Amino acid sequence: MKYIDEYRDPELAQKYAAAIAKVVTRPWTIMEVCGGQTHAIVRFGIQELLPDTVELVHGPGCPVCVTPLEMVDKAIEIAMRDEVIFCSFGDMLRVPGSEKDLLTVRAEGGDVRTVYTPLDTLKIATDNPDKQVVFFAIGFETTAPANAMAVHRAKEKGLGNFSVLASHVLVPPAIEAILSSPDNRVQGFLAAGHVCAVMGTAAYTPLAEKYQVPIVVTGFEPLDILQGIYRCLCQLEEGRSHVENQYQRAVRDIGNVSAQAFIRKVFRVVERKWRGIGEIPESGWALSDAYADFDAERRFGLADIEVEEAQNCISGLVLQGLKKPADCPAFGKQCTPDQPLGATMVSGEGACAAYYRYRKDKLYE
Amino acid sequence: MSELNISNMTCPLPLNDHPRIKMAHGGGGRMMQRLIEELFFAAFDNPALRSGHDGAVLELPEGRPVMTTDSYVVRPLFFPGGDIGALAVHGTVNDLAMCGARPLYLSASFILEEGLETETLWRVVQSMRAAASATGVQIVTGDTKVVERGHGDGIYINTTGVGVIENETQIRPGRIKKDDLIIVSGDIGRHGMAVMGAREELAFTPPIESDCAPLWNTVADMLDAEIDIHCLRDATRGGLCAVLNELAQSSGLQFDVVENDIPLAANVRGACEVLGLDALQVACEGRFVAIVPKSDAARALEMMRVQNDSAAVIGRVTDGEAGLVTLQTPIGGRRILDMPAGELLPRIC
Repeated sequence: MKYIDEYRDPELAQKYAAAIAKVVTRPWTIMEVCGGQTHAIVRFGIQELLPDTVELVHGPGCPVCVTPLEMVDKAIEIAMRDEVIFCSFGDMLRVPGSEKDLLTVRAEGGDVRTVYTPLDTLKIATDNPDKQVVFFAIGFETTAPANAMAVHRAKEKGLGNFSVLASHVLVPPAIEAILSSPDNRVQGFLAAGHVCAVMGTAAYTPLAEKYQVPIVVTGFEPLDILQGIYRCLCQLEEGRSHVENQYQRAVRDIGNVSAQAFIRKVFRVVERKWRGIGEIPESGWALSDAYADFDAERRFGLADIEVEEAQNCISGLVLQGLKKPADCPAFGKQCTPDQPLGATMVSGEGACAAYYRYRKDKLYE
Repeated sequence: MSELNISNMTCPLPLNDHPRIKMAHGGGGRMMQRLIEELFFAAFDNPALRSGHDGAVLELPEGRPVMTTDSYVVRPLFFPGGDIGALAVHGTVNDLAMCGARPLYLSASFILEEGLETETLWRVVQSMRAAASATGVQIVTGDTKVVERGHGDGIYINTTGVGVIENETQIRPGRIKKDDLIIVSGDIGRHGMAVMGAREELAFTPPIESDCAPLWNTVADMLDAEIDIHCLRDATRGGLCAVLNELAQSSGLQFDVVENDIPLAANVRGACEVLGLDALQVACEGRFVAIVPKSDAARALEMMRVQNDSAAVIGRVTDGEAGLVTLQTPIGGRRILDMPAGELLPRIC
């Protein structure tokens, strides 16, 4: 298939693996930020092609995983209402809230629907004027433009029965939170290509300079990731710390300017709680005042819900790269994709689920 | 396939002023009787059914009888490449075929939703008739119930199948052995993507058609050629991935599969890439996995290719870890291919 097979060429992959082995002289720890990259790394067995001295740790870039428990509980509370049609991206439905998940709400009679784009929910709202239609607007900078567009169109059309439960998160503050932690082990980053396709690369330069870490904007196919790792390792070995763009076929340094303008119009920057990690300042987007009428939290008058996360779940440490999934005593035992304790076991992009499905660490014992 | 041309046949019931199914069609009275006689008897006509008895008295040839049952729910009822009627016949007939049994008889139970267009039921029944006729099975008994509007998706169908194993062949997971080869009978994932495309109104280009098809003829050819089939399993829900895991577990052996050798149509692959789905987990309705000794693999493959030229050897059985399925990835890595979790949920990005 064009534009895919070129980036999965086994011979080129082996060449990159050899080049990586050649350039590495000592142990390095690199974090791939995005869940899509984690998924590709385990799905294609990329770690197996790397020298033992290169460790990949899986960052907090799975939006499903980091959406705070309170937000999932709020989604469930809204979805349980008779007058509501609750719409969400598919893999959010299985994320455990405090007591249940959205699939359970559906089984109990709630009208919970999977959509492929938030714009579909506008049609649902138009077709069901007697219902309140709510979209669970989660995701990183990548999903924000379409979510912003949906809210904007709803306002233009005067769709009074549409609202969004917005819980957007941002990559650069998360990277800074990891780098500024006294426990940090990460020496170089593969930044999330699609986030940068929207936002550009400028936000990463101050991080690379301040913390002296190389950051390589990287794509999602196996050869993208191998090339990203190679470039990151070259910088580390040479003592450089710059922002590089491996994913030039999709990412311009300035990003997608019109999408950014839309996002600025519809959203405002807020402090955001990340599941398993905690509050990170200026790390999320909520609806701006001009669009506050479309805020589902406001419309349904949801009080702040404070929730404790499972004690024996180490997903927060996994998301920060401090622990590997298999370090968790519950991994594969009390916690499996069928009975997840934490969100990293839920999404296919979550590090724990990815390890469980594709590795189980059996092959590496 | 069949001498029947469904589009030329019109439903007799609307003429009787019942364009839609009513509760009374399942009520045991005159309306139900007319539905059975004018619609089901007319379509499935055979002596056992015509006898009007509470059950069908069956004539079975010599051999070991096999029985299987399955229920069919699909939305929408009609999708590119098939419909619920064809599924309900092929699905059960295929389960018999996977046991090495010649399919002979089917029962058909219908749960109809009040308000269903009678014409729709007629089209489904005609499709069942065509599918049954193509595989040589008779629909010999059945049942009809009607549920209130809003309590069903139009039509649910249960079919139970009876067939006979006519020779001494032993097809079961317990016969899978180390060094056997794993063959898949054609490209995977079509049915699941065709139904998803129709349900979500996604316009795939080129369009994806379901692989819904009977498998018995291919199995019969393999049996006639005296291929020593160790095990067969059709890939339905959970796709190829579930079949490989089930068979690895029940045989207590390890399966090593090569991803690049698994046949996958470009449009199915593209749709899965876009939607973030794993094609190995997407449902098929006309594909099976055959596990045969290496010495018989070439002949088995040849016969499977008569039906579908994309049939391929995709891996082999080893005595590694019991129940483990490993996949060699396109770039030369290796990973575990785990049992699918259940409902297929598209990834966010």
